[in-house]
Amino acid sequence: MLQNNELILSGGTIIDPLNRRMFQSDIYIEDGVIKKIAKNLAVKVHKTSSPAKGSKPESNIKEFDIKGKYVAPGFVDLHAHLREPGREDEETIETGSYAALSGGFTKVCCMPNTEPPIDNEGVVRFILQESARVNFASVLTVGAATKGRKGEEISEIGSLVKAGVVAVSDDGEPISNPFVMRRVLEYTKAFDLPVMSHCEVKALSEDGVMNEGIVSTRLGLRGIPDVSEAAMVYQHILLADYTKSRLHLAHISSKKSVEIIRWAKEKGIDITCETCPHYFSLTDAFCSTFDTNYKVNPPLQTQADVEAIRQGLSEGLIDAIATDHAPHLASEKEVEFDLAPFGMIGFQTAFALGYEELVVKKYLNMVDYIAKLTVEPAKILKLEPPTIEIDKKANLVIFDTKIKWTFKRESIHSKSQNSPFIGKELIGKVMLVITGGRGFDFSKD
Amino acid sequence: MKFNQKNLLTIADISKSEILAILDLTATFRQVLDRPIPVVPALRGKTIVNLFFEPSTRTATSFAIAARRLSADCVNFAAMTSAVTKGETLLDTAKNIEAMKVAGVVIRSSHPGAAHFLAQRLMAFIVNAGDGAHEHPTQALSDVFTIKERIKKMDGLKLLILGDITHSRVARSDISAFTKLGAGVAICGPPTLIPPGIEKIGCEVFYKLDHILSEVDVVQVLRIQLERQQKGLFPSIREYRALYGLTKERLTKLKKPLTIMHPGPVNWGVEMDHEVSVSPHSVILEQVKNGVALRMAILYLLAGGEYPKSSSTEPS
Amino acid sequence: MTQAIMGSAEIKKALNRIASEIKKRNKTVENLAFIGIKRRGATLAQRLVKILSKDEKTIPVGAIDITLYRDDLQLIAETPIVRGSEINFDINDKIMVLVDDVIFTGRTIRAALTEILDFGRPKSIQLAVLVDRGHRELPIAPDYVGKRIKTNKDDLVDIYVEEEDNKEGVYVSRK
Repeated sequence: MLQNNELILSGGTIIDPLNRRMFQSDIYIEDGVIKKIAKNLAVKVHKTSSPAKGSKPESNIKEFDIKGKYVAPGFVDLHAHLREPGREDEETIETGSYAALSGGFTKVCCMPNTEPPIDNEGVVRFILQESARVNFASVLTVGAATKGRKGEEISEIGSLVKAGVVAVSDDGEPISNPFVMRRVLEYTKAFDLPVMSHCEVKALSEDGVMNEGIVSTRLGLRGIPDVSEAAMVYQHILLADYTKSRLHLAHISSKKSVEIIRWAKEKGIDITCETCPHYFSLTDAFCSTFDTNYKVNPPLQTQADVEAIRQGLSEGLIDAIATDHAPHLASEKEVEFDLAPFGMIGFQTAFALGYEELVVKKYLNMVDYIAKLTVEPAKILKLEPPTIEIDKKANLVIFDTKIKWTFKRESIHSKSQNSPFIGKELIGKVMLVITGGRGFDFSKD
Repeated sequence: MKFNQKNLLTIADISKSEILAILDLTATFRQVLDRPIPVVPALRGKTIVNLFFEPSTRTATSFAIAARRLSADCVNFAAMTSAVTKGETLLDTAKNIEAMKVAGVVIRSSHPGAAHFLAQRLMAFIVNAGDGAHEHPTQALSDVFTIKERIKKMDGLKLLILGDITHSRVARSDISAFTKLGAGVAICGPPTLIPPGIEKIGCEVFYKLDHILSEVDVVQVLRIQLERQQKGLFPSIREYRALYGLTKERLTKLKKPLTIMHPGPVNWGVEMDHEVSVSPHSVILEQVKNGVALRMAILYLLAGGEYPKSSSTEPS
Repeated sequence: MTQAIMGSAEIKKALNRIASEIKKRNKTVENLAFIGIKRRGATLAQRLVKILSKDEKTIPVGAIDITLYRDDLQLIAETPIVRGSEINFDINDKIMVLVDDVIFTGRTIRAALTEILDFGRPKSIQLAVLVDRGHRELPIAPDYVGKRIKTNKDDLVDIYVEEEDNKEGVYVSRK
């Protein structure tokens, strides 16, 4: 970690997703605030090509030569599980928000399926205090939409908002009862709060463990049909339209859901949605070796679904990319496939996967890709738009798209290591993150 | 013949020539079983563990007899009673077995991939004795052996698998094994018990039994789990029997000889009439007998095959 | 370096001599039965039976494969070929003549004896071999020997018979 009052980022390409532009310039930061954006900021400093931990700076102004690299606003993750309180063995606010930072995320929403769940002010305050104490990525809380996430009674959303939640959700569980969902959607209108919906018809997914299709048939694993997600997507869209509330659909995974979202958006129904890197980079065929790191909910789908997700991102039907970072212990995952919990960790691989699958494969240009990680999720949460402008706080991520690197177990900052990407070669890497007046070097990860 | 497998996990893993080699060896062991002393010392001093997480007297016994006919020590690891109730994971169990230095583990589990799980973590050879609805390779191989002994020609043979395909590991392994040897496979059952995409793994799907039954040479009748009815997958036992039961009436209407298999145990009067199972069409007891010889062949091949760690020594 | 030890004429002579010794020792061929060890021992057993049953009634002959009775399963690199044994007669109370092409350590004969005894209880078992090359590791001695030869332990003794190999002869190769 670096602490300098003044620093200069020189020679990089600035991506400003808010104004949809990309340009070359140096950036001068003082006390964590962007002071100058101009070419060739003439400053006499001792040049240091890369920041070294622990070495005493000889000048108070530090210059980073980031020629050939990009600077973008810090990423915003709409969807992550940080496990604290309750499952501190899997992840804590401290390890989770540091892992988020190492993936370029300076803001991360934590889902309410903690123990106890985030359904009261106390838990919200605890998380926000802990986040402020550790001071890595700032953690935003998503409150439980219903008490105990049981899908029965609306939680005290007013109090939750007062304590600081940015959205409500029963994530992990759908709000299955349409009456309750309708009331949640209506009630949140008073607070102009988005309802994040985990779309799944439980009666259809039953005790399924992977996508239902030829692969599940071959493996004899119980399947979750893609209509389980799509049917709930449709129902919740209709309810959102009817109540004129803010619905956000979480972790969209299938072609059928994208088609319904297309229909809704073409009709002018005001909804937003997100997908996750694994839904545009992996298929259910990866489950063939019974590797439980590929077990996620919603499950990995077919190649046609992967294509539809990429296309949905390309056409702007899918607004944002979130990680659905879901840490689990090796001892929980190293069991028979159908006994393992759902989920994979996702912070450190998200940027590279999106870059390779979406930008390199030309579904999105660089600026639009970065927008899905920054301004779009911020818009959904009604946060101040992430941008790189003078007099704004420096929440920046510096990444290099020319680097090929291998995601190594030793480099994982999360407390858990349940990633199917360990040992895989990735393209594009987060090198440096600047937030809260501090710089974090992740180039060695 | 070279058998290159460390484990027997699925039929999909083994080649046609390996299947044929297994069948040849099975024929030899069938002869051994007919000897006055039906035991050979081939695997003397080797220990094989029967790790059964599901009650299955038949398969466990078949493996135990096969191991003993080869003079191996066969130990039943009481997985049903000890491990599960004490909350032990398969990984714990596997590590414990590893520490006891056994030659091979025969595993039966209700979880698909359990045999793979062990194979990825143990030096001992692993035989999949049924993993959930995934595969049951030794059953399929003994079915193939039984049919090959009786009908000789596999090429062009038509097999029908009848019943609950969705929950059947035997169906999956049979489809794979019979098609590899050139037989055609059809499946028939209520649409609610036929898994999506099954036709893409090499079989034709039929919903009406009477149409297809007179077209085939062999029928494998699957056990219908009565709890499937409670889960709403078919309306009643009565209707199941009427539509998909292999009744003696159906048998009288056939135009050509039909060989009947059932992997057991049979629900009499549900998927099959008792008269049908004792008719000359039935090879159900042959399947059981051949099962022992087949399992001897598998244990022998896996225990005597190449050992990855020992440097090879000249045969004396 | 390979040296020819016996040609086809010498093999024929040796088998004829063994046959007459068997007849002489047992007085009659009445209660005899032959078992050859697969593969070449089985061929030699067939030939002995042919010589002996010229004017008499047929003598039962079988073959055994001792693969399943070997004591070195874990030492062999390749999966052994199991050919199966064929003994289609009752061996109880028979005088058995076990036939092999060559006797070396005695372990093959040990395995064959174990296997024969699994088929029943013969009155006695005698052993006939075409070649005895020495170096016994077990207390086993043949009753009838075609030829005794001196070898080093790592020499290779190759025996070819017409029926299996399309040529006939005994060769020793020195390393």
